[in-house]
Formats: sequence, C-alpha cells, structure tokens
Amino acid sequence: MDKRTTERDAVAELRDGMTIGIGGWGSRRKPMSIVREILRTDLKDLTVVTYGGPDAGLLCAFGRVEKLVYGFVSLDSIPLEPHFRKARQAGSFEAAELDEGMLQWGLLAAAHRLPFLPTRAGMGSDVPAINQNLKTVSSPYDDGEELIAMPALDLDVAFIHMNRADEKGNGQFLGPDLYFDDLFCLAAKKRFMTCEEVIPTEDFAKHGSIHTMKINRMMIDGVIEAPGGAHFTECPPDYARDEKFQKEYAATAKDEAAWDAFVSTYLQCADEFEYQKVVKSR
Amino acid sequence: MSEATRAEVCAVAVAEAFRGDGEILASSFGTVPAVGARLARMTFEPDLLMTDGIATVLESVDPVSGPKPEPVYGAWMNFRTVFDVVWAGTRHVVMIASQIDRYGNQNFACIGPHAKPKAQLLGMRGAPGNTINHKTSYWVPNHSPKTFVEKVDCVSGVGNDRAKALGEAGSRFHDLRRVISNLGVFDFQTPDGAMRLVSVHPGVTVDEVVEQTSFELAMADDVGESRLPTDEELKIMREFLDPEDFMSREVS
Repeated sequence: MDKRTTERDAVAELRDGMTIGIGGWGSRRKPMSIVREILRTDLKDLTVVTYGGPDAGLLCAFGRVEKLVYGFVSLDSIPLEPHFRKARQAGSFEAAELDEGMLQWGLLAAAHRLPFLPTRAGMGSDVPAINQNLKTVSSPYDDGEELIAMPALDLDVAFIHMNRADEKGNGQFLGPDLYFDDLFCLAAKKRFMTCEEVIPTEDFAKHGSIHTMKINRMMIDGVIEAPGGAHFTECPPDYARDEKFQKEYAATAKDEAAWDAFVSTYLQCADEFEYQKVVKSR
Repeated sequence: MSEATRAEVCAVAVAEAFRGDGEILASSFGTVPAVGARLARMTFEPDLLMTDGIATVLESVDPVSGPKPEPVYGAWMNFRTVFDVVWAGTRHVVMIASQIDRYGNQNFACIGPHAKPKAQLLGMRGAPGNTINHKTSYWVPNHSPKTFVEKVDCVSGVGNDRAKALGEAGSRFHDLRRVISNLGVFDFQTPDGAMRLVSVHPGVTVDEVVEQTSFELAMADDVGESRLPTDEELKIMREFLDPEDFMSREVS
C-alpha cells in the first residue's frame, strides 16, 4: 500500500479544536514542515501535546493554541523557548503543565487504551493545583499508597519526523534517541510521518540495524517525504541543528519588526519547497 | 597551588553531596554541579554513572571546558531509560533552584501566578518526579532573600513538609540531601525537616547568610567553614575538569 501524501493533505485532516500530538523533543527531530503548514492555514483552538520546542513556540506565537500539554518548552541550546515565554507571560493559552514523565504516562495510557496510569510523579508538587482535572487513586493493595491517576492523552492526530521511511509507513530513526514518537503514534486516531527520505523497504538495512526500525506500518496512516523537514531543529545524522537560524528566530521574540520580517521571509512561503529554497539561499 | 576560588569550594561541596552514593546515576545541572559530580566520580565515588546529556552513559569523564578526550560509551541511555531510572530511584540529581524555601520546596517553573506568570522560567521539567522518587540536592549560585524565600511561587521540586503530608507510603522515596549556594552548605537534618546551615564558605560569615535568607534558618551545632579542596582536587579541576574556569562565570 502506498501511503505517500503531502503536508497540505495531512494538515487538511485537522479541524479547529482538535488535540494534536507532535513528536521529537525540544529542538530535536521535530516535524517542522507540518508545523509550517499548519501556520499557512487558519486552524485555531488546538490542544497541543508535546515535549515542546519551536513547534510549541511557533503555534503559540501565531495564536493557534487553546491548550498546551507539556513538561517544558525548550530550544536546548537556548534553555527556554522565547516565543513560548512571551505567550505564557501574556497568559494567551491554557498551560496544562505536567512533570515530563507524566506526559509519557498519559501517552502510554492512551496507547494501551487505559483510562489512566498511576504514577508517583507529581504528588506533593503544584502539578495537581495547575491541572485541576487531575485525580488521585489509592493502591487497592496493602500499601494503600495514593498515586496520581494520569489520564490518557488521547490524540486526534499525531505527527512525527523520521530519518527514513518506506511508502508503506515503516519508519527508521538514525539518531541517538527515538524520544516518544512511537507513543505519540499509538495514542492517536490518525498518524502522519514526515521523513528525510522515502526509500525502498529493502534499503532500511543499509542505513541501520533493526533496532532503528521502531515505527511499523500499523502505526502510520500517511507518509510525507520532507527533506530538511525538521529544520531548524536537529535531525542527526542527516543534519545538525541550524543554530544560527535558531538564534535569529529566538531574537525575534523581543523585536516586533524582526518578527514581522522573519514571518514574511520564512513563514509566508507558498509551501515547504519554497521555504527550503529560501533557507538555502540565506 | 594557589588558594581555592569560591567556585572550587562550591564544586567540592557538590562532590561531597554525592559521598556514599555508590553505583547510581549522578545527574547535574549547571556548571559548578557538573564539575562537582565529575570530581566525586574521579576521587571518592568511582562507581557513579553519568550520561553525556544526550543518550549514553559515559565510562570516560567529559570535562566541562578545555580539550575533550575521546568518549567511551558504556550503555545507551535515552530519555525513556532516564525516566525508568528516575522511577526506580537509582539516581541523585542536583538541580538549580530559582527559589527555595525553608523545607526545600523548589521552584524553577515561574515567578508570579502560574496562569499568567510575571516571568516564565524553565517549567516543571522532571522536578516533581525526581524529588518524589530519589535523592535530590540543589545548587543556588545567587543566594539572596529573593532565592531563599519564605514561600516559593510554584512548587516544582517537593519539599519535606509537603512530602510528610503525603504520609509514609507516599514519601518513602523522597530524600532531600543538600543545598549548596555561593555562600554556604545546607542540609535538612532537623526534627521537622527544615533547612539547616552546615557550613559557610571561606570569607562568608554566618550573619551574612542569615541576612541573605528570607526564612529562619536552623543552625548545625557547630557551623564551620566549608571543606577546602585538597591539592589533588584542585589539580583535577584546574588541569582537567575545567581548565578555562567556566565555573567562575557562574559564581565568583
């Protein structure tokens, strides 16, 4: 089965108010070509679940986020995402902030079709005060320990970015960490995988061991070839983070004119192909 | 060897926080904690594990400045595995506190109300899960009434009073060890788990620490001077771990 599609057709599946999950971690292997495509639409009121990086920063800066479910939003080499900071300090979206391990637990519960998973993480902290829907559960065994019942984070749509994929929807990561990309797919009704390169299935073995082939085609509904699609986040071994570009992006949070110029230069391109052309011609 | 810098005294205090930890994962945030953890590993706690901050356990030691030796990888440790370690409890983390209170409640999430903070800081990150599951110490490079506060604006790391309120089952893995600031060393060895001044760094007085702290500090029976680095420790820090003295950019 050929599941190849485009960013435009994948994002066309989204509706206002949907809950979307975005793979990667901080400024690492983020499906940025999808984020850029969302910014080309007028989608709004999204609930976004993410180990946050510039995906969260950009969606917040454009006012597309009603609720952000996250443990942090970071650019890694810049510890706090400046556009996220700006949106937070303006109080412009609901901040459903969790411990970063709780986020994994919520995705795993959704993946396993469980209503919740118990965890100690969050007990005693202000996480329950911030998320007033959070409930606790008491161990039914002799210990009687009270634990947080982390509710399933059921996603309408998930987006991940892999190094390689085939047209059937098998995916391969070649960097140091899968992060939680498999769980994002398992937690979602509809799953899209962008990738640096679509290759014949038999070529996976040329790129890496079977341990790198973590995404199987049952987990994926659409495959999008997007060379440079994670830019400006890192996507090793294909490319490192574009630190110079990231710095430029970060600086625009404090300079309205620079932000307008950044948006018109990079984010009002007709499509991803144009974006990549503009980035290369810098 | 010339006299130890303030940063070197702080790094030794961080190293001391790991004393007796054995074969567990030592995680550190900030430059002084990074040097301190590595110093412990290279001297009295050789079995500590450390990651490269990306996805592997390093069996070599990675200096914070200067030439980097070829890394030796002992194991894959992606974020998911780090979470497993956190929940299994075989870890001691040194986190930075933007605010810390008398019972060791720590905040590095935000200043002001969470719904619309005056200043967004790092966020919760892993602090809630870390503190309720394993040994935790803190590093405060800028000790002042604004960092050592009566009440933190947001509790990211769980303090002793809140842990106690969870009861025995809920708090059995909660274990606050030390707080190291640019002025002194603190622990929580008091009947009610309140913070206690253990030692002041050379050149700092007890009065100065009290003045720079917004809450009432308990005092150890004999508040002394923080331990000075040995010649061997100074040599390791100056010649290998931090030859460019990045530490002094964090604390001077």
